[in-house]
Formats: sequence, structure tokens, C-alpha cells
Amino acid sequence: MTISLPPETSSPPRLQPSGWLRYFSFSVDHKVIGLQYLVCGFVFYLIGGALAGAIRTELTSPVSDFMARDVYNQVLTLHGTVMIFLWIVPVVNGAFGNYLIPFYVGARDMAFPRLNAVAFWLIPPAGLMLITSYFLTGAAQSGWTAYPPLSITTPATGQIIWILSVLLLGGSSIFGGINFIATILKLRRPGLKLMQLPMYCWAMLGTSILVVLSTPVLAGTLVLLSFDIVAHTGFFNPTLGGNVVVYQHLFWFYSHPAVYIMVLPAFGLVSEILPVHARKPLFGYVTMVYSIMAIVVLGLIVWAHHMFTSGTPPWMRLFFTIATAFIAVPTGIKFFNWLATLWGGRISLNSAMLFSCGFIVNFVLGGITGVALAQVPFDIHVHDTYFVVAHFHYIVFGGSVFVIFASIYHWYPKFTGRMLNEDLGRLHCALTFIGFNLCFGPQHWLGLNGMPRRVAEYDPQFTLINQISSVGALLMAISTLPFLWNVIHSALSGPVAGDNPWKALTPEWLTSSPPPVENWIGEAPLVEEPYGYGVPPDELDLTATSGRDLWSSGK
Amino acid sequence: MQIPSAILTLVIGMVLALGGLWIGQNINLLPIDASANAPIYDELFKVLFTIGSILFIGIVGLLVFSLIRFRRRSGQLGDGLAIEGNLPLEIFWTAVPAVVVLFVGLYSYDIYDRMGGMVPLAHDHMGGAHDEQIWGGISSGSIESAAATNALPVEVTAMQFAFLFHYPEGDITSGELHVPADRPITLRMEAKDVIHAFWVPEFRLKQDVIPGQPTQLSFTPTRTGRYPIVCAELCGPYHGGMRSTVVVESPEDWDSWYRDNAKAAPEDETLTIANA
Repeated sequence: MTISLPPETSSPPRLQPSGWLRYFSFSVDHKVIGLQYLVCGFVFYLIGGALAGAIRTELTSPVSDFMARDVYNQVLTLHGTVMIFLWIVPVVNGAFGNYLIPFYVGARDMAFPRLNAVAFWLIPPAGLMLITSYFLTGAAQSGWTAYPPLSITTPATGQIIWILSVLLLGGSSIFGGINFIATILKLRRPGLKLMQLPMYCWAMLGTSILVVLSTPVLAGTLVLLSFDIVAHTGFFNPTLGGNVVVYQHLFWFYSHPAVYIMVLPAFGLVSEILPVHARKPLFGYVTMVYSIMAIVVLGLIVWAHHMFTSGTPPWMRLFFTIATAFIAVPTGIKFFNWLATLWGGRISLNSAMLFSCGFIVNFVLGGITGVALAQVPFDIHVHDTYFVVAHFHYIVFGGSVFVIFASIYHWYPKFTGRMLNEDLGRLHCALTFIGFNLCFGPQHWLGLNGMPRRVAEYDPQFTLINQISSVGALLMAISTLPFLWNVIHSALSGPVAGDNPWKALTPEWLTSSPPPVENWIGEAPLVEEPYGYGVPPDELDLTATSGRDLWSSGK
Repeated sequence: MQIPSAILTLVIGMVLALGGLWIGQNINLLPIDASANAPIYDELFKVLFTIGSILFIGIVGLLVFSLIRFRRRSGQLGDGLAIEGNLPLEIFWTAVPAVVVLFVGLYSYDIYDRMGGMVPLAHDHMGGAHDEQIWGGISSGSIESAAATNALPVEVTAMQFAFLFHYPEGDITSGELHVPADRPITLRMEAKDVIHAFWVPEFRLKQDVIPGQPTQLSFTPTRTGRYPIVCAELCGPYHGGMRSTVVVESPEDWDSWYRDNAKAAPEDETLTIANA
């Protein structure tokens, strides 16, 4: 027997708001959450960038004249905290992870959609709290590392708000990590094997393992630190018998893996972008997977290289030197594999590809200085100087942020259904690349020659180089303007992209742009060869190839 | 006839290696060296700079070449070659960096040893004496030399936002560190409030000064002159202004400075009175 439904229920009432309003709601759609992460992260990127601008303005002259000295320390603390915990970590993990992982495993959403929404909605209040602390009581001024006893002796309110905010952001990160591990391992479409997953899934699996293992250590450490500040306990307070170096060990046990939490997903994203635009399979899939896992394991046992000048015994220095330097081996494998992916391809020199190549150039330099910094005698001279500032900006800005931009250019057609303007994109890439290298390249020299980091005033002999660096920072600030115009203008009136403008093979492109709720109308596609681009050498179409192609393929 | 690619690769590799060597040897990015371990440090720096230049120029060159040579030309439609991997090649580029990294690690261990970093610190020889534990730092050249070479002990106190230097033998307290050239100096450092770091760029040495945990740093200055002492650990609002000077003097000049300022040494008493 059939029941005739009343006509008004033919369009059932929706539990979730639709239209633009859903981006401001407690949505459980992984794509909405991904874009929430991305846009929220970008807002914090602009705030963190403004703080960086304030720092570079102060440093155009060797005396402290642009802002008060304690304000300068607040600004540098906020800059570091915002850029790490509110921009790079949420965007490379939360934004692209949430958007892409369910597609890649052939699922309709993440394993725990509500936990996912909770994880995102921890971020805006935490960020807001952190920023407003500056206006209400003065922000924390002990750097993003918050080393005691400085963090115990500087004004307590700002430091406590900083701790609460970082605890919330760490919680968000842990929820996200659990969700990614469960989704990748348990929500795969039947028939899809682990070794058939796109590389970004492996990167996110490795990253999430790091998040789940190391973030709780940071949380515990910060709770102890807050006890020291509020309840006057003596965990890290030397006047009460505490040990300040123990804090550094605990802090870096999280914060070194945090570097891999920021770059491993970026490695994964690049591995998705390069094959599509070079029209070739990803070179060396299996070694890529093993090198990600090697980086995860090694990343957990290198933290003390941040403490070569704190009182660490010689044997410990030696162990951490060797362990750190060996991370270069799996990382090197990945870079050689990307170069081999490009070799012999049909490379489209679009914005996504150019930003990815900018990432390779910057990260190789950052990696080389990283291997040098791993050597104890080298580090003893340049530790806590602008050399280190240059090094880690080459990793997290030249690495992760370049990849974030590459990814936005690559997936924007999927997010919005419209194409970005390529000319503006290439202008953005050129300005960012030049500005970035002008800003951070000279800082290597500053560090080698005697300028420590986190200073508002410095030896006048460094004035010129600091001014050059500030010009580079200005160029980077300007470079966001064509990007912002491009993103907003194209969303409204860009050319329509179609479902698959790049002719890509990974599952997110095998649906409409933007994709429907639950990702596919009908069954999820089974993609067993996400990188099946290219023509086998023995099936080259002779009419479409030149003699050089035949020669280079060994025929 | 085409030049075989093997020969081209060989020539490019040779040019790259020679170019890297030239860069490492001829581009100087460091300030002048003024202590016995600074030239050892500079040796390591040159090796790392050479290897780094070869790698960086090689990889960027390969990348730029690929982007130009394999760019999609207008009218081209097809894909690239479906090469999914090459196991011998992948083993090769795993093994080569592993060997390079291992070499660099062992070499820097040797450098660190020569700088005195692996020498057990003074307290290890006190044979059960109930002394405070010293936490890390660099010792002077070798174990037996510490006593034999008549190392000059100086106590360093770091506080917000200054360094204080105390010479226990002459009971001198000074805001500048005066040291004689070519004599080992042993700094015993302690912080009063927060963590500071003692850094002399021209000595290529840095050691954190930690409240509650004395640290030690030994060095032998070699070049007379005035060099900056920089605090390298964020220590509060005036961190950037926390600087001092190390004055390296010839042994004679240093002796007269020392005698002018010493209070406690009995044989100097007459001299101090005479001066007064």
C-alpha cells in the first residue's frame, strides 16, 4: 500500500541552513567546515601579517622608536602564535584536510562530523580571545615559546589568556587529528586499498599521528605553566626549586613535531598538484609513503636540537644532531621524486604550478640551512639569531604558505565552480616570491654577523640590511592585494570552471563544482589509480609527438 | 652528431662541484674571528656552505631546466610519459644524501670535539666533592690543559638587563669583560632572574645563562680588540639593549688593568695603596 504524502513535505525541512548562511553555522558538512577553516585562517593570516608589518617597521631603524618595548614583545608573541596556531596549522590540516580527505577515501563526510564542527568552532573564540587580550590587558610578551621564568614574571593576565587560547587551539587540533585518522583508516570506500590513496591522505595520516602523540604534551606543559603563574607552584620556577630546562624539553617535544604538522600536509598537497599540471604520474609513490612515515618517526626524536645552548649534556647533543640531520634523507627523497615527476612532463606554467615550484626552491634552501643548524658547533653560533628566523620562515612561509596559495589556485574551481584569473595569479606569485626572498634572504647574513632575534633595537651596522628586509616585507604585503581582488572578483564573475577544468583523476574532480552535499549523486567512484596520467612509452602517439620526446624516452 | 648526455651530465656535475667549492672558499659571510675556536668553526662553515651551494644550485638548476624544457607549448595536447618510478634511481638518491649527512655529522662531531664541546666539564674531576652541578657548555681545549695553561676564571652574572663580570682572584667587579689574549678563560655563569644567553659573534660561542643552573663556557681569545657581548635569549622589554663588550688586550695591557683594579690580592696591596 502506498501512502500519498501531503504536498508540503515534498521538500523536507532542512536541518542545516543553506546558502551563504551555512558558512556561519554549526554545519557538519565537511566541505563547509573546510572552507570555514580556510577563510577564518586567512583572516588571521592578514592579522598576523599586519603584526609582521609592525615588526618590520620597528626594525627599519636601529633604535626602538616605533612602539614601546613591551608592546614590541607582545607583537612578536602574537605574530608567532597567530601564524602558527591560527593560520598554518588550521589551514594545511583543517581546511584542505576536511575538504579533500572524504573525497579521497570515497566517503560522504568525515567519520565524526559533529566533532569536526566542534573542532572548527573552537578556533574563532580562541583567536578572538588572543587578539582582544592585547586591547584589554596587554598580550603575552614572552614569545610564542613562553619560556619560564620570563613567562612567569611578565604580566600574568596576558600570559594566562595566551595559555587558554593555545589550549583551545591544541584541543581543536587533537579533535581534527582523531577525525582524520578514523576517516582514513575506517571510512575508505570498499575496494579502495591503502596504497591506492592519494598522497595527501598519507601525509594527513602521518600528521595526525604526530598531532595526537605530541599535542597533549604541550597541553600538559601549559597547564603546569599556568599553575606556576596562578597558584605559585614551582614546576618551572627556579626560586621554588623548579627546573626551567624541563619546560623547554616538554615544549619542544610538541613544537618540533609542530613543524612537521605544518609541512607534511603541504608536502601532500604538492604531491597532488604537480602530477595534474605536469600530466605525469607521481614519481615513486611507495618511497613517498615510506618517507612520510620516516619523517613522522624521526620528527618525534629530534626536539632537543632547539636546546643546544641550554644546558644539555654532550651525548644528548650528539644524538640529536645525527637524528635531525637524518630527516634530510626522507625529505630529500620527496624533493627528488617531485623533480622526477616534473621531468619529461607537459608542464602548464599556471599559478598553482609556479607557487609549487617556488615552494620547492624556498624549502630546499630552508632544508639546507636546517641541516647546517642541526650541527651543534654551527648552531652554537647562530642559535636564537636572525639566521634561525630566516631558516624557519623559509620552511613555514616559503614552504607551507606557498603551498597554501598553490592549493587555493588549484582547488578554487572546485570550491566555487569558477576559475581564477591566471595573469593576476602569476603576478601574485612573482611578487610573493621576490618579496619573500628579499625579506628573509638577507636575514641569514644578519644572524651570522651578530643580530639576535626578538630585539627591538640593534647594532647600527645592520641598518641597511634590515631596511632591505623591510622592503621585502612591504612587497609581500602588497602581493596579497591582487590575490584578494582575484578571489573576490572571480567568485562573482569568473569564467565558469566546469566539473574538471584540470582534467584531473582524483575523486574530488569526479563530481560537480561545487560538489553537492554528500559529495556525489549516486555511488562514490572507485579511483584505484589517482595518478594514472601520461602515456606509456610504448604507446606514444607518433602523430602527436616530436622526435625529441622519442629520443628522451629512450626509443 | 649529438653529444652523448652522459658526457654533458659529467661536465655539468664537474662545473657544479667546482662552482660550489669556489663559492664556499671565496664568499665570506662571517665576522672576523677572535678566538681559538673561531677558525675551527669557520672551517666547518666553509664545508657546509660548499655542500649547500652545490645542492641548492643543482636542484634549482634542474627545476628551472625542467620548467623551460618540458613546458606545455601552445597546441600541445597529450600527456607526459607515464613513468611511475625507477627503483635503482630512488635507491641512489636515498644513499647519496645518507652518506653526505653521515659525513657532515661525523665531521661536525670532530669540529665540536676540537672546540672543546665533548670535554667533560670541570666538576667531573672533583672526585665526589659535593659541588654544584655544572650544566653544559664548552670547555677549554683539552682536559689536562685546563689546569696546566693557567685558565683565568671569571664569574658572570646575568640579570635584566646587564651582564656583571667578577674576577674572584682579584675581587674585581666590572661591567665589561677584560681578558688577556692567548690565555684560556673559563666563564662560570649564573642568571639572577630569567634566562639570558651570552653570545660573542666574533668568538662563535654562545651559552644560555640559566637561573638555578650554573653553566660554563671556556674560550681562548686570540685577537686584541673590542667585541660585542650580546644577550641572545628573549629576557624582557630591554632584551635588545642588553649588550656589553669584551675587551681583548695584550697580556701586558691586561696585567696593568688587572693590577689597577684588583683589591684582594695581598702582594698587590702596596701597589693599590701606592696608586691611591
